[in-house]
Amino acid sequence: MSAHLKQDKPVTSNRLDGMSQGVIGKPLSRIDGLAKVTGTARYAAEHQVENLANGVFATATITRGEVLSIDKACALAMPGVLAVVDDDRLTTRAAQGTAGEAPQQSPAAVCYWGQPIALVVAETFEQARDAAKRLVVEYRVDHDAPLDPATAEAEEQVDDTVNQGDLAHAMAGSAHSVDLRFETEGHASAAMEPHAAIAEWDGDRLTVYASLQMLNYNIAEIADALGIEEENVRLLSPYVGGGFGSKLGISQESVAAAIAAKAIGRPVRVVMSRQQVFQCVMRRSETAQRLRLASDRDGNLKGFGHEARVSNLPGETFAEPVLQSSHFLYGSENRALKLEVARIHRMTAGSVRAPGEAVGMPALEAAMDELAETCGIDPVEFRLRNIPDRNPEEDLPFSSNKLAECLKRGAEAFGWDSGPRSPCQTRDGEWWVGTGMASAARVHAVGEAKARVTLKPDGTAVVATDMTDIGTGTYTILAQIAGEMLGLTIDEVDVQLGDTHHPRGPGSGGSWGAASIGSAVYLACLELREKLAERAGTDEAKLVLKDGATADGKSLVDLLGGEPLSRTGHYEPGDVEDDYTVSGFGAFFAQVRVNRHTGETRVDRMLGAFGFGRVLNEKTARSQCLGGITWSIGMALTEALLFDPNDGHLVNCDLAEYHIPVHRDVPAVEVVMVEERDPVASPIQAKGIGELGLCGGAAAIANAIYNACGARLYHYPMTPDRVLSALPG
Amino acid sequence: MNRAIHVNGSDHELPDDPRVSLLDFLREQVGLTGTKKGCDHGQCGACTVIVNGMRINSCLSLAVLHEGDSVTTIEGLGTPEAPSPLQAAFLAFDGFQCGYCTPGQICSATAMLDEIALGWPSDASDDLESGIEISPEEIRERMSGNLCRCGAYANIVAAISDVAENGR
Repeated sequence: MSAHLKQDKPVTSNRLDGMSQGVIGKPLSRIDGLAKVTGTARYAAEHQVENLANGVFATATITRGEVLSIDKACALAMPGVLAVVDDDRLTTRAAQGTAGEAPQQSPAAVCYWGQPIALVVAETFEQARDAAKRLVVEYRVDHDAPLDPATAEAEEQVDDTVNQGDLAHAMAGSAHSVDLRFETEGHASAAMEPHAAIAEWDGDRLTVYASLQMLNYNIAEIADALGIEEENVRLLSPYVGGGFGSKLGISQESVAAAIAAKAIGRPVRVVMSRQQVFQCVMRRSETAQRLRLASDRDGNLKGFGHEARVSNLPGETFAEPVLQSSHFLYGSENRALKLEVARIHRMTAGSVRAPGEAVGMPALEAAMDELAETCGIDPVEFRLRNIPDRNPEEDLPFSSNKLAECLKRGAEAFGWDSGPRSPCQTRDGEWWVGTGMASAARVHAVGEAKARVTLKPDGTAVVATDMTDIGTGTYTILAQIAGEMLGLTIDEVDVQLGDTHHPRGPGSGGSWGAASIGSAVYLACLELREKLAERAGTDEAKLVLKDGATADGKSLVDLLGGEPLSRTGHYEPGDVEDDYTVSGFGAFFAQVRVNRHTGETRVDRMLGAFGFGRVLNEKTARSQCLGGITWSIGMALTEALLFDPNDGHLVNCDLAEYHIPVHRDVPAVEVVMVEERDPVASPIQAKGIGELGLCGGAAAIANAIYNACGARLYHYPMTPDRVLSALPG
Repeated sequence: MNRAIHVNGSDHELPDDPRVSLLDFLREQVGLTGTKKGCDHGQCGACTVIVNGMRINSCLSLAVLHEGDSVTTIEGLGTPEAPSPLQAAFLAFDGFQCGYCTPGQICSATAMLDEIALGWPSDASDDLESGIEISPEEIRERMSGNLCRCGAYANIVAAISDVAENGR
């Protein structure tokens, strides 16, 4: 039996608020937490499989060309080596999120430096690593691969193009305007768990222990790549050591492990090295952006222009959606937006946490700061004056828009000084001190989701879906939703995730997981309540369930009568998406200090205020925000992928050279949650939460750098060399 | 047993292959997968274990160098039934998200508090001579070798501070 809802209309019933258990929204500790803090949670490479062989990739040392030969005999003569796999089905690029089909294959055709070309399999990891390193490969090299995103041929993403009114006229005729060019460097997801897979065959049936975010799509990608039926594949990802986009689609290790395991008739494990994760999975594209903003004397926007150039490999459909929130965040009748993608031979560009807004918002919000200064208006006030009533491009209502409230509550909590804002006003020894702010926005999305909820005869519940928990808190919030609906504590709800034998969820990505799969669990529980109400002789709407019993004392155990009761919830996005613009909104505030001798920037404190629908768990929701703000610090100050201009290879391909924030880079961070119920966003009134925290935060830091020391920078990250060269004489 | 190493109180024979890192030995041969491999180059701290009372990156050390040493891993600090104070505090303060860096953070923090107790100064210490006052900045400095990409730092510092203040 299944409970199905296609969301064609807002769901205003807010049933979760009428329940009695009192667990929804509460700051409860994670139900998977003890396993994680005691080291007993098993990640992909850690599943105990008998007779396991180990595979290590050999990767291309050319940028573009062809593998002519591989000296397999030499490798096979080394101790322990079992096979050298260069099967044509090996995948060479990561699949894009929600692809559902095999990514590029044929490893002999090399498209970027570092592309896997073969898998060396040996008894031990050490043996495989040595043999892979010594593999002798002969290439034919193409010398003319385009590598520079600034000069390579580019294609316009016409769906993103907007021309409304007359921006040029508005720029020329308005009281104030800015015309600014920004650059952002590429970013790496750099999840702490390297990509890994263990593949095991039982006849024609394949089991893969994998580290993946979206099993529902990944199973189709693996089956397609191998040329087998999806029914013969089982994926297991009960714990995923971070994803941030890099595990949305399959990467090279899962298919390689499957092919190798079949070839040698033994289970095979493939774990990428950290360098390989950097070099051959995913990058966030660098961007070059132009912001043209015009306003009247009173600070009302009269012109809005945002253009961006990004890059990707030839043949890839993904283009960093830089303009995503620029389409609706601020009003203006005269608008020009354009996105183009240059074709270059670096590793695949794809989704890295908050694709689009992560780099578009920092440029937009730095430009807004500069225009606010030109207008002589406080930057918080300037934004408040430009919040549109409706989506200015599509004339759609917002399902809700908490930007104004976030700006006000954030400013108050931060202690924002709305007085005059000249730079270079505060010195503390050799440090300039200043503050800055920025708006946050991130579009909300949902995906089709199924989950089964079973009440067991003992009155406890099991939630089962192939949905993943990549650190987001999915295990816990699903227990809270089921517990709230069925009158159980979260300890009485056993949540089983990351197994494709369970009903298919949406996967974790694009911040859509909680709202989508949470709604499926909610729908299943509603149906269970119908059945229980029938047995209790009442209406579902009147059924009160708390602590395993109805209000008049009938226990769940008695109502179940010794039999399990199971329903599958099925949630589908519907037409409501066409009737509203749905987004999370927020505001960032930062205080920084800039060293006047070295140009070093330190973040003293940071605050984010966010409106993203219902908060399902106050503790894990706050943690998502903290994570986003931490990413904002990295993007503002340190994170940059650096490519060799001669062969396009990634130079800083490890965690010593690609600088993610460390403990001492992250100060006291405050989160203000502006809770709301958004009936359009999902049947549980929740919106995405995992990405909003980095959609604009880097600009708050950039604007604070300017306020501190007078250096306006247009190039993220704002490293000491760039700050020094921009410091006023 | 020839060439033994003591891990969480049990003896294990060291490997024959001299290339095996202490990290891979613990994960593959002892079966203690709580210790994580994040970078294999001493850059992320996920593999932190405590050897003879000192925290080290187990990926940067060869197993065969540890004859007679006592190693404590995350599994040796506590169990789901009886977590250590730091393990319990990480859970209570949500000092993790994906959980992959977490065993390293907890092993590191366990030994780090001992270092403070011994009076070892850090870059964040006001004074090299007198005792160390435990502060968020001291903790951040001393934990900066343990990366967390989920961005749980603020909660990790809160968890460690709580244990430091309220006893272990």
